[in-house]
Amino acid sequence: MAPAQENWAFAATVVCLLGLATLVGRVLRNQTHLGLNPAAVDAFNSRVRSWWLICALLTVAFLSKTITVVLFGLLSFWALREFITLTPTRLSDHRALFWVFFFFTPLQYVLVWLNLYEVYSVLIPVFAFLFIPMRISVAGDPKRFLERASKIQAGLLVCVYCLSYAPAVLYLENPQLSYSSAARLLFLLVILSMLSEAVQHAWSRLYGKHVIAPEINQSRTWEGFLGSSATIALVSAVLFQVGATPFAQLWQAALVGLLIAVMGLAGAMTLSAVKRDRRVQDYGTLVEGHGGVLDRIDALCFAAPVFFHVVRQFVAV
Amino acid sequence: MEAATDTADRSTLVSLAVESCVTGLARFMSGASVRWVDCQPDPCQRIYFANHTSHLDVVIVWSSLPREVRRLTRPVAAKDYWTKGWLRRRIAKAYNAMLIDRRSIKVHQSPVDLMLREMGDDHSVIIFPEGGRTDGQRVGDFKSGLYYLCKKRPHLEAVPVYLHNMGRVLPRDEYLPVPLLSSVTFGAPLWLESGESKTDFLARARDAVLRLAPREDD
Repeated sequence: MAPAQENWAFAATVVCLLGLATLVGRVLRNQTHLGLNPAAVDAFNSRVRSWWLICALLTVAFLSKTITVVLFGLLSFWALREFITLTPTRLSDHRALFWVFFFFTPLQYVLVWLNLYEVYSVLIPVFAFLFIPMRISVAGDPKRFLERASKIQAGLLVCVYCLSYAPAVLYLENPQLSYSSAARLLFLLVILSMLSEAVQHAWSRLYGKHVIAPEINQSRTWEGFLGSSATIALVSAVLFQVGATPFAQLWQAALVGLLIAVMGLAGAMTLSAVKRDRRVQDYGTLVEGHGGVLDRIDALCFAAPVFFHVVRQFVAV
Repeated sequence: MEAATDTADRSTLVSLAVESCVTGLARFMSGASVRWVDCQPDPCQRIYFANHTSHLDVVIVWSSLPREVRRLTRPVAAKDYWTKGWLRRRIAKAYNAMLIDRRSIKVHQSPVDLMLREMGDDHSVIIFPEGGRTDGQRVGDFKSGLYYLCKKRPHLEAVPVYLHNMGRVLPRDEYLPVPLLSSVTFGAPLWLESGESKTDFLARARDAVLRLAPREDD
């Protein structure tokens, strides 16, 4: 197929999948006899609405790398804001936080934009990792030192470093990989990580019996996890068959799908654990009127770096 | 005559520019969301009193008000601080601040009388009754100005305002803000009850502010 045709086929698939998710939400809302928790159904429907929005925004990826990088940079900034707001820091962390927000976060995205893989892959895990505790110690407040330093490090790693791998996918290069297939790879990552959330909800509702960790999250079950992993691997394989992915082998596409589902669960569970520790329901409810960005992209944050490195091995080396 | 209006126009324009820049920046940095609890925005004469933890407080409370209320609301600020330097004077002018001299307080020129005279019959004020900025960990005791305002003009509504997280956005002694998410909560108005003592009223007012704070669990 010609690249333009491939793009249209891909767009059609995406719209169909989103339409399906919307339909499922509608049906669940009207099926009162199933005894579903209406709040959970509403949460699902609001999730689907935000997916439509994300996909609409993501079409920009086909047009411009720069705008996509800026978009993800803003997303990171906002997610980090929510993370740090929720994290109890002390006044003596102020200067360190300033560096985190106004130096490391923009720099990471500028490096992604410049495609300096050797630099952006170590900036935060090495340089910021060492800088943050140093800056806090210079401020001279020993109380709960290690805890404060590691909370800021974790926020920066999850919200900025991990997420920045999503737009980095656009910069993967090899002779066979055209720009529009790189853009489709980014779409694949985002769509599959969102879809795995939805499918997991559906499997949990239908067959869920064994909750993974009730203290952390009551709606995630082993059945939902296994079901969604299998489904997403299957969806990814089907996308390979219709020629929407740039992988060489069927098993590669299936493996990537599986990894996105597994990492999605990992991200959702991890950030749920942080929320439960701070005893809030959502990052968004902390401040009324702001939708919790981090609640929406938790799965993506964990899936992005793994996806990037695996795909890099498959298609770009 | 024409030249005079011209200068006045330019001055208003500069004020407007300063106001929009400072407000925009402050709102972005603080990510402030506004809540009205048992209280509605209203252009009637009010005293908004808030806890004070940051330089941005005045701007944030003022800009949380709807536009028509904002025009009638004046923040009260210390004259010695806000007349130093061109920028501070400009900012004070842009926000139509009521500058009160903390130093030369005389018997017939008390700040409370001055405020009431400046308020007239239509303006509201924003005050920070703690007297100075605190570290944001707790709300300090209130100074008596609020009591005397309410005593001399009993029909004024005293509206408690709680600023959450502002002290983390821009703490005292810092000049670089960190963009966390904060909130402004307006609570139910209070009036001075007949025969209520000064300490009782100030304690009640302080409680009203504290009650608007989100619960901290740990």
